[in-house]
Amino acid sequence: MTTFLRKRIVSSAIPLVVVVLGVFILARLTGNPVDLYLPLSATAEQRAAFSAEHGFDQPILVQLWDYLGQVVQLDFGESLRTGQPAAEMVLEAFPATLQLAAVTMLIAIVGAVLIGSLAAYRPNSLADRTSSFLSMTAASIPDFWFAIMGVLVFGVSLGILPTSGVTGGPEVWVLPIATLLIRPFGVLVQVVRGSMVAALSAPYVKVARSKGASEQRVVFGHALRNATMPVLTVAGDLTIGLVNGAVVVETIFGWPGIGKLMIDSILQRDFAVLQAAVLLTAVTIFLLNILIDVCYALLDARVRQAVPA
Amino acid sequence: MTATLDRPDDTAAAPKRPPRWWLLLGRDKLAAVAAVVLGLVLLTALIGPLLLGDAATRQDLNASLRPPSFDHGITGLLGTDILGRSVLARLVEAAGTTLSVAIPAVLFSLVAGSAIGMWAGYHGGRRENIAMRVADVILSFPSLLLAVVVLYVFTPSVANIVFILALARIPIYLRTARAEAAELKSRLFVDAARTFGTTSWPTIYRHILPIAMPTLLTVATLDFCFVMLSESSLSFLGIGIQPPDVSWGLMVAQGRQFLQTAWWIAVLPGVAIVLTTVSATILAAWVRLATDPAQRWRLTLPTSKRGKRSVTTEVTA
Repeated sequence: MTTFLRKRIVSSAIPLVVVVLGVFILARLTGNPVDLYLPLSATAEQRAAFSAEHGFDQPILVQLWDYLGQVVQLDFGESLRTGQPAAEMVLEAFPATLQLAAVTMLIAIVGAVLIGSLAAYRPNSLADRTSSFLSMTAASIPDFWFAIMGVLVFGVSLGILPTSGVTGGPEVWVLPIATLLIRPFGVLVQVVRGSMVAALSAPYVKVARSKGASEQRVVFGHALRNATMPVLTVAGDLTIGLVNGAVVVETIFGWPGIGKLMIDSILQRDFAVLQAAVLLTAVTIFLLNILIDVCYALLDARVRQAVPA
Repeated sequence: MTATLDRPDDTAAAPKRPPRWWLLLGRDKLAAVAAVVLGLVLLTALIGPLLLGDAATRQDLNASLRPPSFDHGITGLLGTDILGRSVLARLVEAAGTTLSVAIPAVLFSLVAGSAIGMWAGYHGGRRENIAMRVADVILSFPSLLLAVVVLYVFTPSVANIVFILALARIPIYLRTARAEAAELKSRLFVDAARTFGTTSWPTIYRHILPIAMPTLLTVATLDFCFVMLSESSLSFLGIGIQPPDVSWGLMVAQGRQFLQTAWWIAVLPGVAIVLTTVSATILAAWVRLATDPAQRWRLTLPTSKRGKRSVTTEVTA
């Protein structure tokens, strides 16, 4: 088990490094921020001084080397926009997104397992067809449009929910979470249903039934346990995909999270903040992947054994 | 497989050939409707612009923000935007743009991802490791942000959007195909093929692909939604399709500021997106059933009897 984990940590660290390096280089390809931050009337000396101050006049590999040297000392540079340390801005924004994502995934997984299992229990029953149709629709609605419709109906017409912002009671959470939730929820219900239908028609379920196990035990003990693997994979990918949703949701609702911070940083060529935000996102996803691998190994003995020591 | 246990015992009487797919489609009303909707969208995208001429770009400031009505002919049916352009004509125009991004992107990622995935899963070892690491790298970064960064560096042209969306979705097929191939490669029939000297690609093509295909097709049809939604999100954020071109996502973005005065500009393109993606999802579910020999029989039963345990117990008893 520890050998397995060690191997997975090493192999999951590679994407982490590649993504951070890739974004560093791609960001620099978007052009020198000097055009964006100095007035058009700036003299050549002023422009050169600005470039030199932030290191943009160096070759890209030198910039990268300097950057890595700073990151090792936990120095992530300063924002070009605000002059604040980038790490501070990112850490300020991160909890807002993390809370949104955690609450969303929790509701999505618990709800999907219950509804998906119920639907799979009697394939093609009325409950199954209704939940299948609704989950398909949920997974297919564009999140930005759903958010706008939510604002239009509940914010503008009925006036019972705020149209944006984070200050206030629990009602500010309703629309952002509902928007983030629809897609993962719809997808997960279908995945749970699909793998539960397969699991419930497997021979071991017949064996369990014929041994006289209660239906509850058959569904949640035997079938669900074996149907968990695909659900876990998809849930992991959906969690990463939540950052996509977060960009849209945070933009529409003015939620001060990391998705909005990243989009703004890209558009404003605020490289230090973008890099810090990407690094933190990549580390979070790295930890999430390790967590999923641990769950795999705990659930399926074959995975543990498949990896040679 | 469970097929032999659950399936009605009709092997003696029924012809060996499985039922024609359009007969199966006719049996499932919902899937049939979905297929018709998708066909209509495709048809609209192909011949719509020919019929409407320049109606999508013709401006008429006198007709600015006119609500949907029957009074202004076919182009005024769904109202007009701030410049007096027909929303219906723009929806038709946008259908073409949206599909010309989504379809190539899906096909490209399906073929590339499945081939690499099955190859990796079948061989295992180092090849599997490398393929999976590359997939991890792509998946470990949110696709929308990747697309935003890449499209910001390179210009947001249709070709670049197709490329980046396809690249972002390859790992999905790769992982699915690898998982199927890794499980199938130790099955008896694959062992048998190998024992008789079949080389790797023919084995993959003849013995692994047919079994992995239903899953991959389902993933592809579902992914069509994802790609469409990604494109519209990108266009909505202003980094996808650029004006004067028009896509459904871009129309929602443009209509957002008129939400309180002219709801139809933002609402209708969203309805078009939802109709198309929901239809694709419903069809995906049908494809999954229709291409799975163990499940296909369900479609040949009347709806009321499908899925009831009594059907199978009656037959097997």
